Amino acid sequence: MLDLKQIRKQFPILSRKVNGHDLVYFDNGATTQKPDSVIAAESNYYQNENSNVHRGVHFLSGLATDKFEETRITIQNFINAKHSHEIIFTKGTTDSINIVASGYRSLLNKGDEIIISELEHHSNIVPWQMCCEQSGATLKVIPLLDNGTLDMAEFGNLLSKNTKLVSIAHISNTLGTINPIEKIIEKAKAVGAKVLIDGAQAASHISINMQSLDADFYCFSAHKLYGPTGVGILYGKEDVLNELPAYQGGGEMIKEVSFKKTTYAGLPHKFEAGTPNIAGVVAFKAAINFITGLGINNIAKHEEELLKYATEEVLKIEGLRIYGTAKNKSAIISFNINELHPYDIGMIVDKMGIAVRTGHHCTQPIMDKFNIPGTARISLAVYNTKDEIDICIKAIKKAKIMLS
Amino acid sequence: MNTIQKIQADIIEDFELFDDWMQKYEYLIDLGKELAPIKEQYKTKDNLIKGCQSRVWLHAEHTEGKIIFTADSDAIMTKGIVAILINVLSNQEPKDIATAKLDFINEIGLKEQLSATRANGLVSMIKKMKLYAIAFNN
Repeated sequence: MLDLKQIRKQFPILSRKVNGHDLVYFDNGATTQKPDSVIAAESNYYQNENSNVHRGVHFLSGLATDKFEETRITIQNFINAKHSHEIIFTKGTTDSINIVASGYRSLLNKGDEIIISELEHHSNIVPWQMCCEQSGATLKVIPLLDNGTLDMAEFGNLLSKNTKLVSIAHISNTLGTINPIEKIIEKAKAVGAKVLIDGAQAASHISINMQSLDADFYCFSAHKLYGPTGVGILYGKEDVLNELPAYQGGGEMIKEVSFKKTTYAGLPHKFEAGTPNIAGVVAFKAAINFITGLGINNIAKHEEELLKYATEEVLKIEGLRIYGTAKNKSAIISFNINELHPYDIGMIVDKMGIAVRTGHHCTQPIMDKFNIPGTARISLAVYNTKDEIDICIKAIKKAKIMLS
Repeated sequence: MNTIQKIQADIIEDFELFDDWMQKYEYLIDLGKELAPIKEQYKTKDNLIKGCQSRVWLHAEHTEGKIIFTADSDAIMTKGIVAILINVLSNQEPKDIATAKLDFINEIGLKEQLSATRANGLVSMIKKMKLYAIAFNN
């Protein structure tokens, strides 16, 4: 059982007022708030540890490098990767996907196929479209069923010996659907395709284990995981990462440079050109420790309870429709009320201190599928409470009255 | 004081009557509901304003030396804001529209009531109205 009072105390922003009301932060799918430990780690880095990482002989450079590499090990353990050099530090999930998609431009040819799905975030669509444009490969899309789950029968039909890569979200940021990635990976492997899982919405909510999952690539961002913005990881299996062409050229990623020929460094440095967000990476460790300190399964259980309660309560509002009603669902509720525009609802509840996201959530194909301009989205995190859900529902009801 | 300034002064006076955000929002909702409809044929992709999170269509016609704006939005509060802009700038001469100083936006606290992204939409809408005026003036 989690001590919510104690957890909330660790997040200074949760005690601020917004528009004269206590903040109710239900936009965790976009980014989570940060605990004291993460803020302190970032600040302490600049106060006591700052120097550029790797190759330095002096004390601080060694310290910064140690701290930086400690996070890599922490993440390795967090996702149970086989090797720490299978963890590449990136700017975030989008950057991670682009590294892979960019590498695949030269690995794919005409006739090859990439499979994504209709529920993907734009950042798991556009990089593949760019990859296909340049490589001549074809993009195939697994359609969505009305309940917001993937049409797995159609996925089976799309798979063939031409399928080279399958790139799928672990959890839909708009619908909350937890995709059956174990099954997807198994089926993709059967035709020899590689698999990338976009774990942006998953890593802070459910336990992930690279060695049992067998995905070739997995990625997520620190900022959706109680960590700082501008940092994320790309996990890749050692052999797969070795085959993937380098992304950006620069310092750190080289072995030897001459004007005749430059050779690249090994993993993970091959994909880490330039000075990284060292402070962010250092603070990332504190974020992971925050999660493991509470226990990811305890977090999942708490969020499941919140989701169940919030779903029951919002459905009491007449005319409210939830998009995404999968059985296996994360704590995300996307909804509309009758013909009301989600933006109007968001504007009004904001005045009552409640942060929900409105719009297409960077998933326009889902909006097209349901023929709606957008939704209002509640996305929950470990520090949210049933009391906050009650406050939010009251505000939504008020908005409905004002707008009807 | 030209007509545009006079209309703005009236709007500022109206908004001074409201004590809180809720009354302002309710007024915007009412204005949105009352906005004269745009002809369906003008709700085209070309007439969509960029920068708005909700969809806003703006159409302009030049008749008898004046510009008539019609508009619509799928979000009612945006439509209320659009209604105010139309109230101020429609049925005016192009040169007056092009040079109009729209002080009322700050005076009635409209800009601060809006999120940064929506304020961008507002700026784009004003820009588009002024561009029409400049084009028709030439």
